[in-house]
Amino acid sequence: MATTRTIEWLGRFYIVLLLGFLYLPIIIMAAMSFNASPFYQLPFEWTTDWYQSLWQNDQLIAATWNSIEIAIITTLISTVLGSMASLALYRYEFRGKKVLQALLFPPIAIPWLITGTAMLIFFFGVGIGRGLVAILLGHVALALPYVIVVVSARLQTFAPELEEAARSLGANQWQVTMRVTLPWIMPGVIAGGLFAFAVSFDQFVVSYFLSTPGQTTLPVEIYAAIRKGFTPEINAVSTIIIVVSMALMLLTARFFKFGGEK
Amino acid sequence: MADQLAIGSRRGLKPALPLLLPAYLWLTVAIFLPLSAMVFFSFMTDLPLAGKEWSFTLGNYAAFFSQSLYSTLLFASLRLGLEVTLWCVVIGYPAAYVLAKVLKGRSREAIFLLVILPFWSNGLVRIFSWAMVLREGGILDTALNAVLPFKINIDLMYSYPAVIIGLVHSYVPYMVLTCYLTLQAIDDSLIEAGRSLGASRRQVLWRVIIPLSMPGLIAGSALIFVPVVGSFMEPRILGGRTGTFYGTVIEDQFVAVFNWPLGAALSFILLAVVLIILALAAPVLRRAG
Repeated sequence: MATTRTIEWLGRFYIVLLLGFLYLPIIIMAAMSFNASPFYQLPFEWTTDWYQSLWQNDQLIAATWNSIEIAIITTLISTVLGSMASLALYRYEFRGKKVLQALLFPPIAIPWLITGTAMLIFFFGVGIGRGLVAILLGHVALALPYVIVVVSARLQTFAPELEEAARSLGANQWQVTMRVTLPWIMPGVIAGGLFAFAVSFDQFVVSYFLSTPGQTTLPVEIYAAIRKGFTPEINAVSTIIIVVSMALMLLTARFFKFGGEK
Repeated sequence: MADQLAIGSRRGLKPALPLLLPAYLWLTVAIFLPLSAMVFFSFMTDLPLAGKEWSFTLGNYAAFFSQSLYSTLLFASLRLGLEVTLWCVVIGYPAAYVLAKVLKGRSREAIFLLVILPFWSNGLVRIFSWAMVLREGGILDTALNAVLPFKINIDLMYSYPAVIIGLVHSYVPYMVLTCYLTLQAIDDSLIEAGRSLGASRRQVLWRVIIPLSMPGLIAGSALIFVPVVGSFMEPRILGGRTGTFYGTVIEDQFVAVFNWPLGAALSFILLAVVLIILALAAPVLRRAG
């Protein structure tokens, strides 16, 4: 039928428009980071000066290292703690389980502005104060629910008979977990870990309220720079960040299906 | 089925506790205690730090209700949330429909990934990228002037539309994701049945497809509306002087004015609004989940 083909054609065209809307600003930002004019003037003149001057910016480099360190530690802690909690929620039946699962929702659903300011108040009150420790505490808490949700989704595909079989063959609880359950849920654990890394590496709002000068992360440093005025240097560092975080998510997608194909 | 479940799951909180405790302790220290502390703090006159005098007061909440500035800004933020959500529905729903029902096979998977990929990349950087497009002498300005025979000045930067564009760009992948999931679950035979019984395409859309995908629409709307109401970085970067919203006022209390108790009270009022909205959406979200 002709109209079906028209609809199909229109649909494809619409998706192309949407992808243009989603990607064009990012592509333009990236292009401008290679443009010689500091005021973003056209015509375009190729340069890598802005990337080279990033290497001289000690503040930015220090913030980048902080971001990477915090993201790695956040990934390790939240993946281990989150996988443990997922296993417990999967294996055991107890009263209040529904409540525990519901408690994962607030950290995801409450705006980071509220969570961030609340953490600032509390950490100040108990003497932790602001700085990298506070940022790490916050990031792990934000990443944990994502890890638990992703690992739990993977556990749904696990056949409990396998654990039972291993147990009846004489394996103890530890061996069952390490040799049977963990290998099966590994793709979920890796995807959860990558999610955690992305949540931490891209996190701005909570880090913003918890950082102090000198103890800050890359997005906070970029925000401060943007508010001082736009420079091609910001474009350069932003381009690097967006390439890294998109590559991370592509990697995650290899381990975890978003589409929910049935 | 029931037997299989019984094999895998065992009763009792005790054996589960060592596995659960570390994660939930962490969440308590970093999320739940801070939120409680914020409520407590919002009733204080000053920070209980460095030996400062403080007492309990309702003054911070009185400030919200007596000065129309705060409620005006809260309404401005709610309106911003509503407008951004509507645009996300208008732009995102058709895209989700095309992905779920028109495209097939490998191209669908690849395009779906492309659509939601930006959502998981850095939000701050994506907002900043719009500054390159929207400013006077920026790409939009230059491109339009190259095509159009007459001279126009496009300077959307630091305006309300700029904030809307940036926020829609940030959140539309959410809507595509949630609507795609519910649209994909609709059996094609239901649509064919409607068509063969004589319904027009439009009737099938309004009577079958949209009602069945309502959970996705509502889930997406809640997940977009809530963070937009609390946004402050996006209006700051793209809105300039026009970008004063409820979120930016809360930010000011903590980083510029240092009136933390007032900031806590304003945050808590926002939290209450957010919780009411989530509670209204929760039954639908539960059915969808």
